[in-house]
Amino acid sequence: MAIGLPHYLIVAALLFTIGVFGIFINRKNVIVILMSIELILLAVNINLVAFSVYLGNLTGQVFALFVLTVAAAEAAIGLAILVVYFRNRGSIAVDDINMMKG
Amino acid sequence: MLQAIAFYVFAAAIVFSALMVIAARNPVHSVLFLILSFLNAAALFVLLGAEFLAWILVIVYVGAVAVLFLFVVMMLDIDFASLRSGFMRYLPVGAVVGLVIISELIIVFVGWRVAGSAPKPPAAPTISNTEALGRILYTDYIFYFQTAGLILLVAMIGSIVLSLRHKSGVKRQSIARQVSRVPSEAIALVEVKPGQGA
Repeated sequence: MAIGLPHYLIVAALLFTIGVFGIFINRKNVIVILMSIELILLAVNINLVAFSVYLGNLTGQVFALFVLTVAAAEAAIGLAILVVYFRNRGSIAVDDINMMKG
Repeated sequence: MLQAIAFYVFAAAIVFSALMVIAARNPVHSVLFLILSFLNAAALFVLLGAEFLAWILVIVYVGAVAVLFLFVVMMLDIDFASLRSGFMRYLPVGAVVGLVIISELIIVFVGWRVAGSAPKPPAAPTISNTEALGRILYTDYIFYFQTAGLILLVAMIGSIVLSLRHKSGVKRQSIARQVSRVPSEAIALVEVKPGQGA
């Protein structure tokens, strides 16, 4: 059985769903939420590359490269915010992030 | 046939390690499974013929992002057991949302067909994937490429500004003061009278 485009799309769909599921069940742990976002972006990249290859158009791979860039920047900023927050509050529980509530 | 076996092995490894990322009790294990899933995704990219992105994925994600995660997880002294307390409470809602999303995506993707009017993929590329990407990345997409560089610069400056901390009471070296010292103001000759020196 030849491996076609739907196979890759289904793997990406599973990965995307696992990422969303991870955000739901780890609602207190910011680090795991950030890792779930990375999983979601990886699923998006698999979709982009699969479509790019099966349509013979390299634009999808260029776009995947930019998604990778933004994901790296997002992880760096997110972890920096996490470190500053931990210094101030001594915890990273999402429930505690309510200081800006009026 | 060999390609099909490789695809199923890598796909199963991706899904398993992604599940372990969100289910592992120890966040260090989560990061390590994240690295495993990135490596398997790179293998899938190689199977697809996108070698350049596969290497970029290994270098950027495994080499930089995952190590950053590992660094932060190990640096912060966090009680992770307490963070897992609402795990079972959120499980039903998460499972329902996940099932809805996965069923919708699979229904869409299984029924997906290339339209007859779509351009046919070229038979076999004559140049390597890296060369083809380089040819369009630095010409057609040069502004996007520069914008990506700008985004990385902003991220770098932002994370430095966020995490830089000036401590008071730390002794620092002042090169300018050291260089501008002259003997006349650094040395004082004190004449000690006999019998009165301390």
